[in-house]
Amino acid sequence: MTMSNSATLATPIGGLYHRRRIANKVALSLALGAAGFGLFWLVAILWTLLYNGLSAINLSLFTENTPPPGGEGGLLNAIFGSVVMTAVATAVGTPVGVMAGTYLAEFGRGTKLAEVVRFINDVLLSAPSIMVGLFVYEVLVVRMGHFSAWAGAMALAVLVIPVVVRTTEDMLKLVPNSLREAAAALGAPQWKVITLVAYRAARNGMITGMLLAVARISGETAPLLFTALNNQFWSADMNAPMANLPVVIFQYAMSPYEDWRQLAWGGALLITVAILLLNIGARLLAGLGTTRK
Amino acid sequence: MTMTHMDANSPAHGSHPMPPGMLAGTAADRAIAGAGLPEKISVRNLEFFYDGYRALKNISLPLYDRQVTAFIGPSGCGKSTLLRILNRMYDLYPKQVATGEVLLDGTNILSPKQDLNLLRARVGMVFQKPTPFPMSIYDNIAFGVRLYEKLSRAEMEERIEFSLRRAALWDEVKDKLRQNGMSLSGGQQQRLCIARAIAVKPSVLLLDEPTSALDPISTAKCEELIDELRSDYCIAIVTHNMQQAARISNFTAFMYLGELIEFGNTEEIFTNPTKEKTSEYITGRFG
Repeated sequence: MTMSNSATLATPIGGLYHRRRIANKVALSLALGAAGFGLFWLVAILWTLLYNGLSAINLSLFTENTPPPGGEGGLLNAIFGSVVMTAVATAVGTPVGVMAGTYLAEFGRGTKLAEVVRFINDVLLSAPSIMVGLFVYEVLVVRMGHFSAWAGAMALAVLVIPVVVRTTEDMLKLVPNSLREAAAALGAPQWKVITLVAYRAARNGMITGMLLAVARISGETAPLLFTALNNQFWSADMNAPMANLPVVIFQYAMSPYEDWRQLAWGGALLITVAILLLNIGARLLAGLGTTRK
Repeated sequence: MTMTHMDANSPAHGSHPMPPGMLAGTAADRAIAGAGLPEKISVRNLEFFYDGYRALKNISLPLYDRQVTAFIGPSGCGKSTLLRILNRMYDLYPKQVATGEVLLDGTNILSPKQDLNLLRARVGMVFQKPTPFPMSIYDNIAFGVRLYEKLSRAEMEERIEFSLRRAALWDEVKDKLRQNGMSLSGGQQQRLCIARAIAVKPSVLLLDEPTSALDPISTAKCEELIDELRSDYCIAIVTHNMQQAARISNFTAFMYLGELIEFGNTEEIFTNPTKEKTSEYITGRFG
């Protein structure tokens, strides 16, 4: 039996078999080539970043403020500003996003309002961040009369919300309805079903979403240009302009001063590593969620 | 085993529903069909609509206290729908309407004034697929208890042991109460769900095909458990497995296309059904 089967299989059916093999090889090499082309640039970017940035990484980068041209200095005020504004933006944006996502997944199922909210959220998700910067500029900066870290944090918060809304909704939708029914069958009111059972089941995914949102905003430059602007000096005043890594990189990289450009490379490397770590953390958490029994 | 507590719980002058596994019907049983037993739930002229589609047609039947009633019938006949009305599970979804009356201890639970959460605390439910919450075994059971009672630590531990023992799971999990409930086997998960339902001290237990996702050994354990629980609860069970209905129920309701075709003592339904359809279904000629 097997002998005759393999014999018939080995027999080429005209030129068709041959043509298919060639087509397969061509398609495969095109796909590999495309993947290689994409990866090449990615590696080139990372390599340039490492090559130029590593030499800028030293202790004073983390302990000294941004210097005037020609002076000694680091990025302490910018790192601090970025961390503070990202933290405030996350603290403001995450609860709003989680609640809106909960509405979409739990309360608003099948309603018109939920459809509208979801659509607007999708638009917001892909809105250019410079528009968000302009919006907060009009709403906060113009009215307050000056740039401030609050405005910067709010602009970033607006960017956090749609990401968190989307992941929260998606993760809650993955929670099987039978779990909600089981909790309701014990006499749990809906808010307890959601907070004690559905959130628990979706927790890893929701944290992943939050981390991805943090990763997204920590490299944003455009919205900060219009809001927090920059500050050459140490400032922890949320009502005043505050230094931050993206804008410092933007200004220093364009400057004619070699030492400033060096600092910009260091800052760029810092941000990249931070985002990379956030993404890896998100991946690990998401992985935990799927492999758990 | 069964005989003793069955007899203890049946009124002396009433019928004596057959213990599981015994199908020796007599003419005397046939005439009474549960008359004299206390009715825990009375379903009267119940109609149910899914977005206008009439899924249940004029259903009336009693569910007796401390008895097991099985709902059987082919897929789509409305038996699960009927079960999910008894704790108003259908209220979770829009466009589902029930009319008629379902009296639980004399109160109409279909009334809009009925507090759904309190009702569900009194009428426990176990589903087809085991649904442990993503938390520890301890918390799985404490979840429902905490909703309505403030227990001290010791009282809570006592309650958890009580319900796990009642669900015949205690010996298997007593050393790993802090372990995630989802790490248990399917059969253990289902018994955990039963323990969880018992822990809130309901008086009615609704079982929606509780063993259809389990292997034969787990099924046997669950059936033994249901047999044990009979002495304390009014139990309604939906099952696709007619042998199971015959083994564990005292009363059987046969449903077909949204109608209640026949209700009676289990042994009567299985040995001497009065309706042609019932006889065809239990002998496997359709469904």
